[in-house]
Amino acid sequence: MLKALQQLGAWGINLTRSAGRLGLFLLSLLPALPYAIWRVSLLVKQTFNVGTLSLPIIMTAGLFVGMVLGLQGYNVLVDYNSEEAVGTMTALSLLRELGPVVAALLFVGRAGSALTAEIGLMRSTEQLSALEMMAVDPLKFIYAPRFMAVLITLPLLTLIFIALGIWGGWLVAVGWLGVDDGAFWSQMHAHVDWREDVVNGMIKSVAFALLIAVVALFQGSETAPTSEGVSYATTRTVVHGSLGVLGLDFILTALMFN
Amino acid sequence: MRTLIDVDNLTFSRGARRIFDGLSLTIREGQITAIMGPSGTGKTTLLKLIAGQLTPDSGRILFDGQDVHALRRGELFRLRQRMGMLFQSGALLTDLNVFDNVAFPLREHTKLPEVLIEKLVLMKLQAVGLRGARHLMASELSGGMARRVALARAIAMDPEVVMYDEPFVGQDPITMGVLLKLIQRLNESLGLTSIVVSHDVQEVMSIAHYVYVISEGRVVAEGAAEEVAQSEQPYVRQFLNGLPDGPVPFHYPAPAYAEELGLC
Amino acid sequence: MGKQAKIEIGVGILVLFSIISLFVIAMKVSNFADMAQDRPTYTLKAHFDNIGGLKVRAPVKLSGVVIGRVASIGVDKSNYRALVTMKIDKAYQLPLDTSASILTSGLLGDQYIGLEPGGDDQYLADEDEIEMTQSALVLENLIGQLMVKLTDSGDKQ
Repeated sequence: MLKALQQLGAWGINLTRSAGRLGLFLLSLLPALPYAIWRVSLLVKQTFNVGTLSLPIIMTAGLFVGMVLGLQGYNVLVDYNSEEAVGTMTALSLLRELGPVVAALLFVGRAGSALTAEIGLMRSTEQLSALEMMAVDPLKFIYAPRFMAVLITLPLLTLIFIALGIWGGWLVAVGWLGVDDGAFWSQMHAHVDWREDVVNGMIKSVAFALLIAVVALFQGSETAPTSEGVSYATTRTVVHGSLGVLGLDFILTALMFN
Repeated sequence: MRTLIDVDNLTFSRGARRIFDGLSLTIREGQITAIMGPSGTGKTTLLKLIAGQLTPDSGRILFDGQDVHALRRGELFRLRQRMGMLFQSGALLTDLNVFDNVAFPLREHTKLPEVLIEKLVLMKLQAVGLRGARHLMASELSGGMARRVALARAIAMDPEVVMYDEPFVGQDPITMGVLLKLIQRLNESLGLTSIVVSHDVQEVMSIAHYVYVISEGRVVAEGAAEEVAQSEQPYVRQFLNGLPDGPVPFHYPAPAYAEELGLC
Repeated sequence: MGKQAKIEIGVGILVLFSIISLFVIAMKVSNFADMAQDRPTYTLKAHFDNIGGLKVRAPVKLSGVVIGRVASIGVDKSNYRALVTMKIDKAYQLPLDTSASILTSGLLGDQYIGLEPGGDDQYLADEDEIEMTQSALVLENLIGQLMVKLTDSGDKQ
């Protein structure tokens, strides 16, 4: 009994400690962020690493998710004689939920884990110390460009994911199952609202990007300088990042769409 | 001779472990100062304290009269441009090639035209004998070559002090000879002040002007290399001659052997 | 091709794809283009006994053509009736005796406001109210009325 209480206490103290370190990390990172915009070449390089290199997985996944939505939507809607609504259904599910969430989950696994591992290895090989010794601030030179790159690329990837998803839905519904092309688009156009659906979906995506950037970089900065340390930190980025995205999605959905 | 770095009554702990307990030493300008001690005595920590990467619990470190740990971030970064550090692993930036690694501090801190930077980098690479390896990636280098590139990088900004963190660990005899020669030659030709942290007794003794031996967080012996070599202190004798037993016991503290085996 | 050039081309591809996607989503998928036109509108009000399932931003149609949107829905505290305000495209001037009814597109579709112009030669101005309104058909009431009628005709026989 006492032992359990002690464990609970230790857990609480640890949690508070990490929260404190996270706060300090963010506090010191914040003033370094404008530097990322000033040094465009660093930002471009990171945008390539986290963005362009994630393109194939995002595009493939978007296409398949859209095709599945088209197929499932058609099977349900055809019973009510309203299979033209399959376009609306595909577009709305992608814009409001699946686009931002699935793209963010894929992004955590592809880019977030890579960022954590990279920074963790830089720490364990003393590269960050070396930068400090050369009077170059790693916050400005390493962290800031990566943070901004995540913040910029995830919303862009989400847009691409959604567009390809809708195209996938169209391929299945119109190309394969014979839904009328005109009805598919006009129904969608009539029911999808720019502010309500598109803008809200993109706000979600930006929020997820912030969360992933913070988790991935913080875990990188906390990595123990051993090989287990790096693998442990990478796993934590994926777990915390994914769960965080899903939790945050619920909160945002409750705030936006009720 | 002028004192460049003055470490005064330094205390530093990591967790419950006290690493330095009233450590005092001075580094004189233009000399090669060796700081020796067995592994785990916090020699690397000392260099990081001097560079202001770590903050001591008490005591101070004066660099050319300035208290390193009282400086603000910007001032500290300016001070670090007067120091160069050679890390144990080299710590080259792995996504850059040899040339760009050496050019890195120049590009970050100066607005020199690229033509001039190229000349400077080639000069530094020539000094360490790796002008021909400029296009290799950091990951393609052997440990000794990586250390030489890192040395070229450390002197790129023409610092006043170069700190060497265990430069000889894990090197073959030839590379060791090369590194020794380099440290000595750079110190003379560039008028550097060098701090060498190491436990390779013979090598360091052969080039150092002044030697500190530290143990248990404080200086146990100091003096010119020859004086320290003649020291009669049991600890110094054990360390210099590599005796397995002595003031530093062979056995990690444990209950009596016979007792633990249940023989009495 | 240099490494830097490769990186720049890669980022270019990412940005290009995003712009195409954004364009498709804005123009073809959502109603951004309709909003972006942002034609000048004027406001009309109408009281209804029951608005059924009418929602904000529902279309306001004249002979089936969308000429405006519902801007807000509330309850008029003075008479406890639903107060709906609509934004109508300035290009369409409506006679004073126009009537408004809440209709449903298809059997299970969304509800919208249908306008029926009268013959007056005066036009409704900004902030005017449409006097003649017909509430939404509520299925329960409809069935109730049907039952009454059926029993009535049964009695007569």
